[in-house]
Amino acid sequence: MKSTLKLTLGLTSAMFASTAVSNVAQAEDLTLCWAAWDPANALVELSKDFTKETGIGMKFEFVPWTNYADRFLNELNSKGKLCDLIIGDSQWIGGSAENGHYVKLNDFFDKEKISMDDFVPATVVGYSEWPKNSPNYWALPAMGDVVGWTYRKDWFSKPELQKEFKEKYGWDLAAPTSFDQLKQIAEFFQKREIDGKTVYGASIYTERGSEGITMGAMDGLYSFGFKYENPEKPYEMDGFVNSEKSVKGLEFYKALYDCCTPPGASNSYMGEGVDAFKSGQVAMHMNFAFTWPGLQKDENVGGDKIGYFANPKGPDGDQFAQLGGQGISVVSYSDKQEAALKYIKWFANKDVQAKWWSLGGFSCLNAVVKDPGFPASQPYAQTFLDSMAIVKDFWAEPSYAPLLQASQKRFHDYVVAGQGSAKDALDGLVKDWTEVFQDDGKM
Amino acid sequence: MTEAGLTMLNRTADGVARATPEPLARKVRGISDTGLAWLFISPTIMLLLAINIFPLFWAIYLSFTNYRANRPNEVVRNVGLANYKRILGDQDIWIAMQTTAHFVFWTILLQTLIGFTLAWLIDRKFRGHAFWTTIILVPMMLSPAVVGNFWRFLYEPQIGLFAYAISFVTGIPATQIGMLSNVSLAPWSIVIVDTWMWTPYVMLICLAGLRSIPEYIYEAAEVDRASNWRQFWSITLPMALPFIMLAVLFRGIENFKMFDMVNLLTGGGPGSTTEVASITLKRQAFESWRTGYSSAFAIILFVAVFGLANIYVKALNKVKQR
Repeated sequence: MKSTLKLTLGLTSAMFASTAVSNVAQAEDLTLCWAAWDPANALVELSKDFTKETGIGMKFEFVPWTNYADRFLNELNSKGKLCDLIIGDSQWIGGSAENGHYVKLNDFFDKEKISMDDFVPATVVGYSEWPKNSPNYWALPAMGDVVGWTYRKDWFSKPELQKEFKEKYGWDLAAPTSFDQLKQIAEFFQKREIDGKTVYGASIYTERGSEGITMGAMDGLYSFGFKYENPEKPYEMDGFVNSEKSVKGLEFYKALYDCCTPPGASNSYMGEGVDAFKSGQVAMHMNFAFTWPGLQKDENVGGDKIGYFANPKGPDGDQFAQLGGQGISVVSYSDKQEAALKYIKWFANKDVQAKWWSLGGFSCLNAVVKDPGFPASQPYAQTFLDSMAIVKDFWAEPSYAPLLQASQKRFHDYVVAGQGSAKDALDGLVKDWTEVFQDDGKM
Repeated sequence: MTEAGLTMLNRTADGVARATPEPLARKVRGISDTGLAWLFISPTIMLLLAINIFPLFWAIYLSFTNYRANRPNEVVRNVGLANYKRILGDQDIWIAMQTTAHFVFWTILLQTLIGFTLAWLIDRKFRGHAFWTTIILVPMMLSPAVVGNFWRFLYEPQIGLFAYAISFVTGIPATQIGMLSNVSLAPWSIVIVDTWMWTPYVMLICLAGLRSIPEYIYEAAEVDRASNWRQFWSITLPMALPFIMLAVLFRGIENFKMFDMVNLLTGGGPGSTTEVASITLKRQAFESWRTGYSSAFAIILFVAVFGLANIYVKALNKVKQR
């Protein structure tokens, strides 16, 4: 009886002790919030080194892209403590800085000798600074990303197709350098029989619900001459957003959608684009660079069959691409800010950044991307560098959400639903955006 | 209250008293019937107040402000009726309301016609009618999320069975049948799915109505040599009408606030052609973060549904009294 009692007491104590230890361990764990996508898996792998070095455990909260903004902006707005670290979208930076969601990192960077000069300039402006182009840092550039294109190198190199293309268009079938060439190639492949299968020209962004069509259309608009505002007078948009060149850019995007996309591609974004390319439906595919490592490894369309090119030039030779990617920030409502800052310090380390790139993340550290061996390190590395050199980003204002909703509606109404003209859509956009800035008291 | 009811209430009070500490038990034994009734329903009332009434009044308050949930540090200003004026003058809101009205009208019409026909057929009690009733009820038992997702695949122009079937019948290539991407077809694609899913529900209510008609009325009509057609118009339809109207009321209210199916199938697109009021409301509230504005819109929608439902219920009562 005595021994049974001892055993029971022993087991109970052990149970209490193990619970207490696990509670202590959990108290030290950091939670990192991000989107559920391939780079997030790479980050989980990478973060194991952080736990090994510091003993701080890492937990992850990944949400699919379609709900990513809703979920985490709700979390930040309600001052939730779920996330200690957050990799927030570039457009959130203004709102998160002004509403006090992120910890300002200037003092920390100074103390830890982390210099923003060590990072690719476009990523510092895009992911870290608010107000833009001022030395106020709210995030460390974490995941460089930009819209670019992949193409079926194996189809492009078929002699019979090369011959037919040359006869038809008078130039060699190769990765396009201008939007005009891109459309010719897309038209050439549209509804063509290749290896017994009907294929289509290009997969482009047309998604309505979150940010898809804006991220896609802007790639055409920027290179055609679209500007968000008068460079001399902030928030003056009339004549810039709806300039003649912008109208031509939007008309081009609609023409590309009408002529050369697969049937039913009226609501495509990153996932649908990858599916279309992987299933061998399209000759070219617009998508953020983060999709490239996965496509490169794909058995059916990767390896030697895939090629990459940066967003092409517009009619006047301008060349820009939509910036993607994110910075990593410390959430101001977290009780574990010190440990979170430790993670940022660790993440900024050169060796960690090099490993980040090798695992499939896109480093923004100059020491990694300017390394002489970088362009040859992956087949898409050079295109990534070329693309990062030409980036432009959407508004990063605190009101970015209504600004984005307005462009989503105007672009989808015109490009996909075919309602009104490009001029109507852009005039409407100026009206919507003006209202938003007036509400904000900025106009 | 009946004697049996009183005895039961006293027993319950005694039970509660026995299970409570002595000082409290004395109080419970001395509690009046009304007091005890309040004691039992107060948790429910508190819950209702917390999750229904308070948010409603809070939304009414917010609708008169410029509050934005994503700007917690900003000063909240009273803007009077500005949000309401802006909504009522917003062309996009009216387009969303028209889209909603189109959706509600056609779904109700089709569901009522098909639902009543199915109920009438099932009521014939043919061989195996129980089995067919179960089969017909299956769509209604599925989750809207599941229905939305699998219909999205069915509608796919390249791999979807629906497009293939239409192509087989009409000869139009399946790749040209963009049910979700074509501006003219997209609103109908949602009507089709909603009708497929909810017709069984209407059928069930209509069946209850048909089964409630006493057999002797038909027997009397037979004696009077009334034709089947005459029996249908003079007995079946008038007597089942309150049930049909009830089904219309339920489906009308549900479809007025339809969100999940539309969101899954088209997300409001292409363009804004299927953007029903609830999608607009969600976008304003949780994507654009215009909390005050969207609260005003929610109140307008609430008043509209509440008002229409009230008028309808009065009509329903008149029909029942006839």
